[in-house]
Amino acid sequence: MTEPTKKKKPILSKNRRQSNRREFIRSAVLTAGVVTLSLTGFIPVVQGTSSRLRPPGALKNLLDEQKFYSSCIKCGQCVQVCPVNAIKLADLDEGVGVGLPYIDAREQACDFSCDGLQCVLACPTGSLTHDLDYPADTRMGFARMDKPKSCLAVQGKGFKGVARGPDYKGLLRYDEIDRWNPLPVAEHDYDVEICDLCVRQCPIEIRITQCVEKEKKREEAKSAGKLARVAEQHGNECPPKHAIEMQVIQDRNGLMTMVPAVLDGCVGCGVCEMICPVEGDPAIVVDIDKITDWG
Amino acid sequence: MNYIIESLSQVFGNKPSRPSKDEQPEALKAIYKGKVGNLSKADIESARHEHRKTCCNKWTRRRWITIILVNFLFLVSYKFDVQLLEGAMTASRFVGFHFADLNSALQVMLAYKHVVLNLVIGTTTVFIMWLLLGGRTFCSWVCPYHLLAEWTEMIHVWLVGKKIIKGHTFHRKTRSVFYVIFALLALLSGYTVFETISPTGILSRAIIYGPGVALIWVGILLLFETFVSRRAWCRYVCPIGVTYAVVGTISPLRVTYNAENCHHEGDCRKICEVPHVLDLTIRGRAHDINLDVVSDCTRCGMCVDVCPTDSLNFKFKGLDKFL
Repeated sequence: MTEPTKKKKPILSKNRRQSNRREFIRSAVLTAGVVTLSLTGFIPVVQGTSSRLRPPGALKNLLDEQKFYSSCIKCGQCVQVCPVNAIKLADLDEGVGVGLPYIDAREQACDFSCDGLQCVLACPTGSLTHDLDYPADTRMGFARMDKPKSCLAVQGKGFKGVARGPDYKGLLRYDEIDRWNPLPVAEHDYDVEICDLCVRQCPIEIRITQCVEKEKKREEAKSAGKLARVAEQHGNECPPKHAIEMQVIQDRNGLMTMVPAVLDGCVGCGVCEMICPVEGDPAIVVDIDKITDWG
Repeated sequence: MNYIIESLSQVFGNKPSRPSKDEQPEALKAIYKGKVGNLSKADIESARHEHRKTCCNKWTRRRWITIILVNFLFLVSYKFDVQLLEGAMTASRFVGFHFADLNSALQVMLAYKHVVLNLVIGTTTVFIMWLLLGGRTFCSWVCPYHLLAEWTEMIHVWLVGKKIIKGHTFHRKTRSVFYVIFALLALLSGYTVFETISPTGILSRAIIYGPGVALIWVGILLLFETFVSRRAWCRYVCPIGVTYAVVGTISPLRVTYNAENCHHEGDCRKICEVPHVLDLTIRGRAHDINLDVVSDCTRCGMCVDVCPTDSLNFKFKGLDKFL
């Protein structure tokens, strides 16, 4: 038994000191290494290559997605509730955007077939902001006629058959066939004299048609002396602003031709880009910032 | 109170405190003295041998099943739309209730600089859950990376045992440094930088939403742990572990140590992920006869399994009074 002495710093052997020093250096290298690696995640952000079409209500303005990056907890609950599986999570090549939800419109656009913006409701952090009430309130992007030369309508052509070929996996809600379940695009035959698929399938335009019908019914009920239900009286976001329409223009040779024109009410959901039956790159695309250089 | 102070001190990387002789109670000193020459090495060897026949891996088995089940539940909830456990490890809804990983929520709030109500609800739920279940219990019972790391750890230990490679250690304070760095990075840059490299989040999302390039990073980490440093991520980097270790300081679920039964042969320290918490099993290093293992312990139960003399056990503090 030694005397209860005050704790002294133990004198370390030379070996011990050397191994301590090595451990310290190793630790410093580890810290620097891991931190540097985590900082490389900023490269895609700085380069701007990680900007993509985001789900409705994403906290961002134009090209600045910083708030969206910071508020998203990368859990994918928005992915899980989407009835058409439009939302995907970004991979590590997006750097600090890893796990962030995005939409590849050409592959599967958001067609609002959930009606209630379920991804927004599912978001636990408000990264998809709850300020939205209706699909028409969002502005995910803005459609733009990218390749007018390949647009069938511009060429004066119609379209017959399935829009994206028999192997296409995408889904869309065809309201007149099934109100509640989105159906494969590959199972839906079109036959139109002048191609207007982008206008025809636009969720906002479909909503406007529904609003008009509803209004008509209401008028009928009124004239028959019946009271409409409260919900019908107030409607919801009825009718939204027009998003896209077919316009007649004169081409260079003085011939009349039809062309889809994107209007103010476009929310950038990407359905037009998705449904465009042109093989390869679509004639109409959705930009994530508002640029319209044609139409 | 001592438990909380000692726990926090070890969580942030200090060495376990050594009791001086006069701090130890007489009874403990008697135990230490009495054992000298009492049990020969052969006796301990036979005790270990006996123990191996009857026991083993009870807790490890339960734990692995739990990790697999929880992660499977995430996957099943999504794939078959049963809505039991939606989301991923970072944030989820369990039958509709918000759950949010404490560290992920902290990172989001630091970066976003808003207190999000749903996250407050989610973190409170999760905080209470892990408070009752032991804090770092998350690590060893739920975290998918832990399971993979355990398997590569076996390879690492085997390689070191065969003297094919040499294991390297880092200073345990490195983890605290990382904790501060990642918190500052989130706060200053406004991006959740840690999420980018967190193997827990990456793996959880890969399991649920399908694999991606990000798994390469997880692979690199596992290779590093196999060939360079045992359990390096969990021991020296991961801030999730630190967060839950802090929660664990006030948790009633702990591993307890009884010096009377202990023969100090050190099997527990060899298998432990965070062996500094078991320094109290070294002869002469305990403060008292009965002690709780500090909160950096992941409650994995491997030491409970391996101890041949029943010196380490799980306990839920205060529960014995009710029963």
